[in-house]
Amino acid sequence: MKLKGWKELEIGAVIPEPGNADNYNTGSWRAFRPQWIEDNCIQCLFCWIYCPDSAVTVKDGKRGEFDYDHCKGCGICANECPGKKGNKAIVMVEEGK
Amino acid sequence: MGKKLAVTGNQAIAEAMRQINPDVCAAYPITPSTEVMQRFAAFVADGKVGTELVTVESEHSAMSACIGASAAGGRVMTATSSQGLALMWEMLHIASGMRLPVVMTLVNRALSAPINIHGDHSDGMGSRDCGWIQLYSENAQEAYDNLIQAIRIAEHESVRLPAMVCMDGFIISHSIESMEFLPDETVKEFIGEFKPTHPLLDVDNPVTYGPLVLPDYFIEFKRAQHEAMSHVKDVVLEVAKEFEKISGRSYGLFESYRLDDADIAIVILNSAAGTAKDVIDVFRDKGLKVGLLKPRLFRPFPYEEVAQALANVKVIGVLDRAESLGGFGPMFMEIASAMMTNGSNPLMVNKIYGLGGRDFMPEHAEAVINELKEIMDTGKVKVLKEYIGVRE
Repeated sequence: MKLKGWKELEIGAVIPEPGNADNYNTGSWRAFRPQWIEDNCIQCLFCWIYCPDSAVTVKDGKRGEFDYDHCKGCGICANECPGKKGNKAIVMVEEGK
Repeated sequence: MGKKLAVTGNQAIAEAMRQINPDVCAAYPITPSTEVMQRFAAFVADGKVGTELVTVESEHSAMSACIGASAAGGRVMTATSSQGLALMWEMLHIASGMRLPVVMTLVNRALSAPINIHGDHSDGMGSRDCGWIQLYSENAQEAYDNLIQAIRIAEHESVRLPAMVCMDGFIISHSIESMEFLPDETVKEFIGEFKPTHPLLDVDNPVTYGPLVLPDYFIEFKRAQHEAMSHVKDVVLEVAKEFEKISGRSYGLFESYRLDDADIAIVILNSAAGTAKDVIDVFRDKGLKVGLLKPRLFRPFPYEEVAQALANVKVIGVLDRAESLGGFGPMFMEIASAMMTNGSNPLMVNKIYGLGGRDFMPEHAEAVINELKEIMDTGKVKVLKEYIGVRE
């Protein structure tokens, strides 16, 4: 990405474009990746509630795949996940493995 | 024309603020600027202004509230002195970095310790590098005139920087002198409507103020701020020209007094300039070519223009009512820098005077001029920096 020169900047470092954090892909910060195991998922949506980065996608009241562009791999979802009969629906897997 | 009244410097400022009628004013009154907010609070209580007056728990909070209100889109003012300005210090940088045209009156007072409530310029000079425009005022009339002009300067679209208007604590803030007020309508018309750049209250166009800016962009923002500062000189002159039309009083970047043919010059700020001018008249009557330069705009400092005004002077005495312990006085440093820009090489001395409100008396100015004459005659400077009006 070409960086802007000082004449092109918004006055006072104001960001005039709302919601542009969406363009910032923080997924590259991740050391561990959450993996969703649909068979163990009871659709309680705890992961969706607890995710600090809105990286659990939900459609029609049901969760789908993770948004890996924004998931930082904090592991909160995996920790909170009650799973089904003792089997977690989210597990953390080391990136690159 | 407006009416002539005898008022204190603080009263003059409070009146200017009433006429400006800012949207928000957040303040934590402190000596010697207390009367500004005391009188302005009465205007708010009496419904004479539409200002939202925010009473806060410290000057740090006062400046923080001013920043928030200015970012929201309001015309914002405050007043402080000394320790109050010192406590605002980190927020001063934030106001200027966010390019918010907050306008503040600084009633100059010494910084502690030892604790002292009287006038010197250590507070203003201590905030020299905070990115604020600084206008200094000799008397109540100049403070009033400067405050009204500061609104236009700070809010100018090519500037958008905060500004402080300085006057001497007690000597001006608490002394009563006769001055002329402009009619309310004239001031209202002169300052016009404030058009904020990115008001937070414009909910249809949401913006973020104060994001983290890392090494890839920080220096670009500072360069842009420097550019805005570089526009100030022209704007100050443009606004002064318009102000002269409504007031009959003319202002420049600095005042030159009997300087055109001078061999010897005194550079001095604020109220003490009045005393020095009287003494200069006495020396002029005796045939000594001495003049005075009183800076008005200290930030940005008009180096080229000052250098030009002092180009033919042989000896310069720079009087500082502030110390930079271990360095020259702040005004001396500016004048020395200015003289570098045109390659002229006058003999210069720095005198520190009036700290903590010590009176600057005619005999002090007289002694300085006599010393400057001796330097001119002998071509020798004995002591570069020395205190005057101090007991041994």
